[in-house]
This record gives sequence, C-alpha cells and structure tokens, in this order.
Amino acid sequence: MDAKPVIRLEGVEKVYQTGEVAVKAVRGVSLTVRRGEFAAVMGASGSGKSTLMNLIGCLDRPTAGRYWLDGEEVGELTKNELSQVRNQRLGFVFQGFNLLARTSALENVELPLLYSPHGHGRRELRRRSLAALEQVGLAARAGHHPSQLSGGQQQRVAIARALVNEPALLLADEPTGNLDTRTSLEIMAIFQALNEKGMTILMVTHEPDIARYCRREIVMRDGRIIRDEPVADRLAAAAELAHAWNPEDAP
Amino acid sequence: MKFSATWMIALRALRRNPMRTGLTMLGIIIGVAAVIGMVAIGTGAKEQVASSIAQIGQNTVMVMSGAPSRGGVRGGWGSLPTLTRQDYEAIRNEIPGVIRATPDVRKNTQVAAGNQNVNTTVNGAGEDYADIRAWDFVEGGNFSATDVRTAAKVAILGNTVATNLFGDASPIGQIVRIQNAPYTVIGLLKPKGMNMMGSDQDDLALVPWSSALVRLTGTDSFRSMTVQAESAEQVDRVMEDIAALLRQRHRLREGAEDDFQVRSQQEIMEMATSTARTMTLLLGAIAGVSLLVGGIGIMNIMLVSVTERTREIGVRLAVGARGIDILLQFLVEAVVLSVGGGLVGIGLGIGIAQAVSAKLGWNTLVSPESVTLAFAFSAAIGIFFGFYPARKAAGLDPIEALRYE
Ligand SMILES: Nc1ncnc2c1ncn2[C@@H]1O[C@H](COP(=O)(O)OP(=O)(O)O)[C@@H](O)[C@H]1O
Ligand SMILES: [Mg+2]
Repeated sequence: MDAKPVIRLEGVEKVYQTGEVAVKAVRGVSLTVRRGEFAAVMGASGSGKSTLMNLIGCLDRPTAGRYWLDGEEVGELTKNELSQVRNQRLGFVFQGFNLLARTSALENVELPLLYSPHGHGRRELRRRSLAALEQVGLAARAGHHPSQLSGGQQQRVAIARALVNEPALLLADEPTGNLDTRTSLEIMAIFQALNEKGMTILMVTHEPDIARYCRREIVMRDGRIIRDEPVADRLAAAAELAHAWNPEDAP
Repeated sequence: MKFSATWMIALRALRRNPMRTGLTMLGIIIGVAAVIGMVAIGTGAKEQVASSIAQIGQNTVMVMSGAPSRGGVRGGWGSLPTLTRQDYEAIRNEIPGVIRATPDVRKNTQVAAGNQNVNTTVNGAGEDYADIRAWDFVEGGNFSATDVRTAAKVAILGNTVATNLFGDASPIGQIVRIQNAPYTVIGLLKPKGMNMMGSDQDDLALVPWSSALVRLTGTDSFRSMTVQAESAEQVDRVMEDIAALLRQRHRLREGAEDDFQVRSQQEIMEMATSTARTMTLLLGAIAGVSLLVGGIGIMNIMLVSVTERTREIGVRLAVGARGIDILLQFLVEAVVLSVGGGLVGIGLGIGIAQAVSAKLGWNTLVSPESVTLAFAFSAAIGIFFGFYPARKAAGLDPIEALRYE
C-alpha cells in the first residue's frame, strides 16, 4: 500500500463536556486511509465510531490531535473553509438518511451543487443530479418525495447526494443500520462498484456481515482502535444479489 | 455560491410549506392593504373637499350669517339668516375690488313640466352665479340684471333636470312650474357630471334670487353669499371691507360680536384639507400598526421555523452550506414573504379603494407615494424582522443541528 494517504489522523481525541461530566468519546486515534481503500469501522455501540466519523467528515473539530485530509491540515481551516471541504471533497451518508422532507429526490441530490463555489446553471444542476441518481439506480424516482420512497431508496438518494459533487472520499455512518438484509446488500453493491472505480470509502457498521464486503476492518472499543486488519474472505455484493430472489424493491 | 442559488433555495423552502407561507404573508397582506386602502380613502376625501371648494370659484369669499363659533359651540354655516338683500347690494356695489357676487338661497322642491315632475334643488342665484363658478351654457343664456331686479319668472336648468323633464328636446322657451308658478326656461347649463362624492352636480334649477325669496322661501334674507374679488391680492382687503361694512350696516357696537362670518375660499380650503390630512394620518397610523403586527408575525414564524428546521439547517451545513448561505436563505425567505405579501397587499388595497368608491360612492385616491412607501416598508420589515432569526440559523453548529430532535 503505497497510494497517497487521503486521511491521516494523529492522536486525535474528542471530549464531550456535558455539564460536570466529561465524556472521552475518542481517546487518541491514529489512522491512515489511502486512496482507493474501502474500510469498515466496527465496534460496539458507544465505542466512538460516530464521533470519529464526524471528525473525519469535518462536521466537528477534535479536542486534541491532528488531522490531514489530502495532506492539508484540517485544524487550521476556518469554518467557511470546512464548509467548502464538506461540499467539494467529502460525501457523507448518514444512518438516518437526513433528506429534506417534502422535497423531491432530485432536489435533495441537487443540494450540494447549490452550495458549490462553481455556481452551476439550472440545466447543469439537473443533469448532474440525474446522473448521480442514475448511478444509484434511482433516476426513475427523481420526482418522488422521501415519504414516497422506501428506506433503501431514501438511502440511495442520500448516497446520490453524497456523490453529486464527485468527491474523492465517501464517508458513511451506519448506512445500512436502518435497512433490511437485502436492501443492505444493494447499498453495499453500490459502494463496492464505486470503490472499484477508485473512490475511497470509509464506513461505520456494527454488523460483521456487512464489514465482509469491505477491504479493511478497523475495530474500536472505548474510543480506541483495538484492531486494524485487511478483510480476508471478501464478499461481492453484486454477485450475491444476482443469486438472491428478485424482490419488488427493484427500481 | 451564486445569488440565484440562494434565491432558488429560499423559494423552494417556502414552496415546501405553502400553508405556513400563505399564513405568514397574510399578516403583511392585511397590513399593507389597510395602509393603501386607508390612505386612499383619506387622500380621496381631502381631494374631494378641495375640489368641491374649488368649485365655488376663484378668489372667492364666502359671507355667512350667524356668529362665528364660540366656546366650542358651533352654530353652523349660516344658521341664522341675518344677511339682507340690502347687505348684498351694498357689498356688490360699494366695495372696490368686488367684481361679482351672488346670494345663495336654496330650496328642495318639485319642478314640473307638462305631466313630468322631478324633485331637485332650486337655487336662488344672481346673474353672476354661473360666471363665478365658471359654468357655461349649452343653450340659451344667463339671467339679466333686469330679471333679477324684477324677480322675473325665468329659470336655468341643470342637465339632469332638463333631461328628466324634456328628454332630448330643447327646454329653451318651455315652461316649468315650481310651486305652482310658471317659469320660462332661458338657459341650459353644460353637464358637469358626478362630483367626487358621487352626487349629481347637474341636478339643479336656477331662478333669480329675488324670485326665490318672494315665491319659494318667503323671507327677505339669506344664509350665505359668495363674493368674487378681482384678484387674489385683493381678497384680504375685500374681506376686511365686507366685515366693516356689515358691522356698520348691522349696527354692531364696538366690542359686540359679529353676527356673520367672512371666510375666503383659501381659508375654507385650508381648514377642510387640514382636517382631512389629520384624518388620513390617523387612518394611516392605525393601518401602520397592523403592518407592524404583520412584521412581528414574520419574525415569529421565522423564529419558530429556525427551531423547527434545525435539522434541515444541519443537513445544509453538512453538505457544504456556509453560515452566510444559511443567513441569506432565511433573510431572502423573510423578504420574499414580506415583499410578496406587500405586493398582494398593494393589489388588495387598490381593490378595496375601488370597491369603496364603487359601493359607497366615496372618492378614493391611491397615490403612487403610498404604494412606493408600502412596498419599501414591507421590504424593510422583511429585512428587519428576518435578520434576527436568520442570524440565529446561521450560527448553528452542523453536528448539533443534525443531532437536534
Ligand atoms: N453530543 C454528545 N454529548 C455527550 N456525549 C456524547 C455525545 N455524542 C456521543 N457521546 C458519547 O460519546 C460516546 C461515543 O459515542 P458515539 O461516537 O456516538 O458511539 P458509536 O457511534 O460508536 O455508538 C458515547 O459514550 C456517547 O454517549
Ligand atoms: Mg453511532
């Protein structure tokens, strides 16, 4: 592995101060993720996975330690520069989808483009959002509101939104946490396909089954990384889907 | 990020909740409509008063019988008929600078011709009446001085009366009966149409005042008369001369109160229009309060909406919105609400003004100033009341906003 590091953490800590009690959610994590990797962050509930992802996703700042994204030290960026990083370099997929209600799938996907510094025209917005929806196989549902979509479809809209600005790094916090096995498999198939095309992916999951579709497994406990190794018998989600019974959920 | 994107984002957000958008606008709509409507009614009333006073004629002075108001008790114009025909002759003939004068004797009565009859106002007037009012004739002509001196039974008809009695036929030379006395029609006045209050100015008949005193009112005095000065510069002096002359003629001792009032048209105009202006201001202020309430409504909704939409804001921040983008979005939303409400309110206000004109016959006037002001004010309200909630939204932290339940 001598590809360029995308993420480099050094002694990163995050302490939550709630009133009198200080919760050390992340206690000194050092981690390097290189271009083209597909890593799973595993661990029990409360082990600090989400906290770590939020730090990597530039949604939150560490209380100690240093973080380089593409070689640039994130700690030195201003609030607005962090927004730009989130907009241009990262795609973030949440466990709870976090789509805008009463807003079509297409407009949800357009959202990051609207905040892009490049200022796309209306046509361009539409074209790129449709292309992103196409990538997750949901172009036919472009006009649907989240309430008219199944959980899996909503998550695919969220993935399309994360992809629309063509980021080099995709972060996902339990993207399959709210989904059934089959739908989870579909999401993993999409991630694997993206990874094949060169996208770096870091995703949180507490399900060992899901982690087997990744290439690397990072296990956390009490805010620390306790294990970090390649996935030995990696599965291909697309192949499994082909064998599986054809459901009504197909787009 | 381009401004057009902010625009699009704000419009989409408003469209997502049409009910809330509509209700928020309603406050501004009602406020602006009230301001436009009230000011239109007030301004219209002022214009109406001014124009009806202007109808009296240029450089005119009204002489009214009865003492001026005292101690808050107002006798009303010409409450006691203390002006005699000799007073009138004296004013007309002895005061330099007086070029025309006419007494004003009125009686609402029936005018008949053949088997037609109409109720109208019969005006006892002098030979100067039409000239003072700059009123032309369609046909025939004015009273002569002899007609007035001899209390001749001649009449001049307003267009409405003529049409009702004679249809399209010429009334000139025809006989009309007023309280059983026959009058020969010698003139037909040009139609003036409705005045701004919606009453018909052509619904009248003129007879010489001398005839009116003898045959209609049976008195020898008037409640008021109109005197025209030669020029605007002479009006004040003419007023003083009239007052001196009347005091002398009425044998009022020094210190005794006048039993008449002399007012220039200008004074009457100023009094009336200042009353109307005060009314306009008052109406406008009351309406302005409702506009302010509408603005507070916007702030309230925007504040609630910032809380309610915390997660939405979190999502926007997470996908790369900056604080300023959120601030602008909420500000544009507030301004769209207030300006949109303002525009609808302006339309509604104009509609109200027109409806009031049509249904109640009041004169209304929507001035461009009031429209511009209402528009600017509603935009300002949006910015002012939208800013605080917008800043609150912009200050949110992405991760806390996303975590918000
Ligand atoms: N906003 C917060 N304030 C206080 N404590 C928090 C907050 N978020 C997470 N924690 C605590 O930090 C620890 C790690 O949480 P989290 O990163 O969400 O774990 P995971 O995603 O692995 O379940 C937990 O003990 C949790 O209670
Ligand atoms: Mg978690």
